[in-house]
Order: sequence, then C-alpha cells, then structure tokens
Amino acid sequence: MLDATDRRILRHLLADPDAANARLAERAGVTTASLWRRLDRLRESGVIAAIQSRIDWRALGWEVQVSLRFTLDKTDPRAFDNFIAAAREVPEVTEIQTFLGSVDLRLSVIARDMGHWQQIYRDRILTLPHVLDSDALMLVSTIKDSAELAL
Amino acid sequence: MSGLDATDLAILRILAADATRSAAEVGRAVGIGQPAAWRRIRKLTDQGILAGRRVVVDSAAVGFGVTVFLGVRLAAKGRTSLEDFERAVTAIPEVQTVQHVLGQFDYRLRITARDISDFERILRRRIMTLPGVGQVEANVMLSEERRPGPLGAPA
Repeated sequence: MLDATDRRILRHLLADPDAANARLAERAGVTTASLWRRLDRLRESGVIAAIQSRIDWRALGWEVQVSLRFTLDKTDPRAFDNFIAAAREVPEVTEIQTFLGSVDLRLSVIARDMGHWQQIYRDRILTLPHVLDSDALMLVSTIKDSAELAL
Repeated sequence: MSGLDATDLAILRILAADATRSAAEVGRAVGIGQPAAWRRIRKLTDQGILAGRRVVVDSAAVGFGVTVFLGVRLAAKGRTSLEDFERAVTAIPEVQTVQHVLGQFDYRLRITARDISDFERILRRRIMTLPGVGQVEANVMLSEERRPGPLGAPA
C-alpha cells in the first residue's frame, strides 16, 4: 500500500515529470537514496506502469491529429476484439480507448497533412469492421495535457 | 521534415516505450556508441521531437478509479468566451487534458475522479458552472491503449 510519502513523491513526479531526481527528492522531503528506493518499489508494484518519452508529432511533421469516435454493431460479440485488432494494424493510430456511454470506442489518428488524412480515412478507417456510426473531431490546439492527479 | 534516419526512429521507438534508458543502453540497442547516441538524443530534444517525459500511473491503484472523456460545446463563441472558458477549465485540478477541436464539440476534456459520485461532484460544481458552457457529453473510459505510432520507416 502507498503511504503519505509515496503519495507526495507521486504528486511531485506527476506535476513535473522532467525534474531531476535530486530536485524531486528535495520537493518531496526525502533523501535521494530513499527516493530511488521508493520509485523502484512503485515501479515494481506497477503503480508506476511506465515512464515514457513524449513524442511531439507536429515537430516530427505530422500536422493533423483527429479524434475519431465510433459506435459499433454489438450484435456480433467479437465486434470490439475485431475492431481493436484491425485498428492496431494502422500505424497512424496512436491511442485506442473503449467507453461506457453513447460512444463505444475512440481512436487518435495522426496524418502528415489533409491530403494524407483523406487517404488514411478512406483506405484504413472506413474499412474498419463492425462500425455503425462515427464522427471526427479535428484537433486545433492542446491547451492542457498533464498526468496530474489530485493525490 | 526534420531529416531523420532509421537510427533516429529506432531511438524514438525505444525512448517512447521507456524514457529511463541511458544513452549507453540506447546506443547498444541500435548499434552505435554512447556518445553518438547521446548526440542524437540531444538533437531530437533540441528539435522538440522528444518533448519531455510522461509518467504512466495505474490510477486505480492510487484511488482514482474513474476516467471520463467529455465533449463540451460552448453556448456562445466569441474570442473572449474561448479565452474565459480555457482559463477556467485548465485551473480545475481533475481536468488532465483540454483540447480545442473542430466538429460536433468545441473542446475535449479528460477528467480523473475517485469514483462516479466524485465525478458527479466535479461535473456539477466545476464543469457545468464554467463560463459559456453549453451541451456536454460524457463517456466513461473502460480501457486505454497507447500505440507507438508511425515510427516504423524513415520518412
């Protein structure tokens, strides 16, 4: 289980994931050695599932990002599995989420430009299985993107 | 484009999965020396392609069992109303992501809550009271998978 110190470390880590460990230890009020030990334990227990580098796709030349929302035909019990397996085959898909609500599934899809987007949409998205309905939200800008939790 | 070769893309693939790998480990994995790997990582960072770290926490394990995606339409869409809305919504601690979008909604939000009643409190007290907020649609997330994206072949 997490104690108050673990929570404090997590809170500071999530608020500033790029801070050096010495800085993080100072903010959380622990020694660097104790921070290492606790971070190791949080990773081993799976509380911290991963520490990943963020890739800025726009800086890499992928200008278009679309959030696609799908409603599936659930009369086929394999609809979710088949759809997700097919979506994983599309390299431009960067996120897959499933939901409880009016939307069943959401994909984040990136493209180099609008022409490329049109091509991906026609060739790879419209061909995904079991789709009843879909709609697209085109990203204009990201105002906030953080992993912070009110711990 | 930024002139990346296959080695750069391989480095991005490795770090996108695990940002804690050292330049020496990354170099070994792609068959170059530590100094060369360090220089490439430095260049990718300077170009803004490697844009910091993301800590992926098992939020249920730390007491945040509910993630909700919200689509929000604004009732009125002047420039001031966008700015007022954005300023107020980014200040809500439970709102992790705010994206301005084109389509059926004006904004996409990602919200984490302890449970459904906690979410209801956030929705009623914080979201529905935001300046200019109109129609709101909520979908509770059941599962999430992040994919590596198109890092397979040199561009």
